[in-house]
Amino acid sequence: MSHKVIIPIGPYHPLQEEPELFRLYVEGEKVVDIDIVLGYVHRGIEKLSESKHFDQVPFLVERICGICSSSHPCAYVLAVEDILGGEANVVPERALYIRTIIEEMQRLHSHLLWLGLAAHFIGYNTVWMWSWRYREPVLDCFEMITGNRQNYGIMKIGGVRKDIRDEDIGVLKKTLEDLVPVVDMFRGAVMDDPVIKARLKGVGVLNKQQVIDWCVVGPTARASGLNIDIRRDDPYGAYDRINWNVIVEEEGDIFAKTKVRILEMYESISIIRQCLDKMPHGPIDADVKDIPPGEGIGRVEAPRGECFHYVRSDGTNRPIRHKIRAPSFMNVASNKISAVGGTISDAAITLAAVDPCYCCTERLIVLDRDTDKKVMNGWKLIELSQAKTEKLKKDLGDR
Amino acid sequence: MAVLDKIRERLADKIINWHEHSEKRIYILIKPQDIRKVATLLFKDLGLRFIIATGQDTPQGIEILYHFSIDKTGQIISVRVLIEDKKKPEIESLAPLFPGAEWIEREMWEMLGIKFIGHPNLKRLLLAEEWPEGKYPLRQEHES
Repeated sequence: MSHKVIIPIGPYHPLQEEPELFRLYVEGEKVVDIDIVLGYVHRGIEKLSESKHFDQVPFLVERICGICSSSHPCAYVLAVEDILGGEANVVPERALYIRTIIEEMQRLHSHLLWLGLAAHFIGYNTVWMWSWRYREPVLDCFEMITGNRQNYGIMKIGGVRKDIRDEDIGVLKKTLEDLVPVVDMFRGAVMDDPVIKARLKGVGVLNKQQVIDWCVVGPTARASGLNIDIRRDDPYGAYDRINWNVIVEEEGDIFAKTKVRILEMYESISIIRQCLDKMPHGPIDADVKDIPPGEGIGRVEAPRGECFHYVRSDGTNRPIRHKIRAPSFMNVASNKISAVGGTISDAAITLAAVDPCYCCTERLIVLDRDTDKKVMNGWKLIELSQAKTEKLKKDLGDR
Repeated sequence: MAVLDKIRERLADKIINWHEHSEKRIYILIKPQDIRKVATLLFKDLGLRFIIATGQDTPQGIEILYHFSIDKTGQIISVRVLIEDKKKPEIESLAPLFPGAEWIEREMWEMLGIKFIGHPNLKRLLLAEEWPEGKYPLRQEHES
């Protein structure tokens, strides 16, 4: 009789920064199915948003995610500005550039964070330490411009809350200049390393058709050859005024996903530099007063992919419906494809985009392969263990 | 022929209302029973990307907006359906068509109580197990 074993990863574990539960169904070393259980951090933000004033909502949605904490407010203000007649018609020119700079700085720090975590998950802790060390200057720049390392509070309907001072531009440019050799180093350390290639090539593959069927977005989709990027396709901020490239790879494995993210950092640096050079002086806020009845959609390319907000107004000072779709809502579901068929040891890095830990095997259930009936549970194992101890005791005698 | 014209032509008998909020934001009203056919045309035949669906409780009934993206032009087609029966709202599931719709339908089911007919795995996604049956957090109390 062959057995199928369930290995639960989560929901709470010291190595996970967010609680979620992955049940890996494994036969021997091979993952044959996966069950994803969510909801441990469901805070009802869509409902909460209905009770907030239009200008309070950015602060609320900023707290959806600590890593892409300016993508959600940006998508929200774009949605409200869509009701008002479109971002380009409402927001002053300088604010468009500031939004773009903040979004790209966020992508830099988010990709560096992911790179560190991914390296950690395959046991390459040097890259982990490096990448988090070099992420710090980016956060310092955030603090310099907005006053905060996270949750910048800068997006506002009709513009931005804080200006970038002329004296800060020099510091920002210097930080970017120092970051280029760092990204060069990561490109070398990751892309030319035979061990990393052996661990990541051909692992966790999503092909293009699967990406389309599961509606996957962001770097995960671009690594599988799907050429989508909201910054180019439905431009907001100042993305349509500068030159940059969308990075697309064809392989669909984790190596390709890493490559896309590393190469995107060069693009982000280039975008910020161009914005700093082209940014005109002038007002940063249109001082919007009332939101008319109507509905609007805003979307931005967050570091993890398309972030989508839908807002409906009935003319009062609160949204009557605010729908939020973060990119991970689509991407996490696709783990069902990328993790199944691989081995347990690859599952950790395959799921790494959402940061789990597979070592959390303190609970174990053994199922019959065909009937899914429980063969053994934790108590049964304890009984077996106790029986064995008793037997050992007896065998050793009264010595 | 532009994708928009194709949609207009091939869905001529299904579209009740066509509203262009702006060049890039198009809202189409259709009957709930046509959703499967319309989604098949948009997703499978014309290759639009499904972004997400928004469920909403309105005084007229339960409304669902299915947002599809034409990535080449940056346009969003939002297909609107209105399910008038608020006591027992039902609509055909899109999950058998493409698995990307599975999670959002589970979410709308638990948040608004919409039953998705033909969904392969209609169970709770986000709400806690202890949450009472038949209570839907996103339902509104409208004055009648």
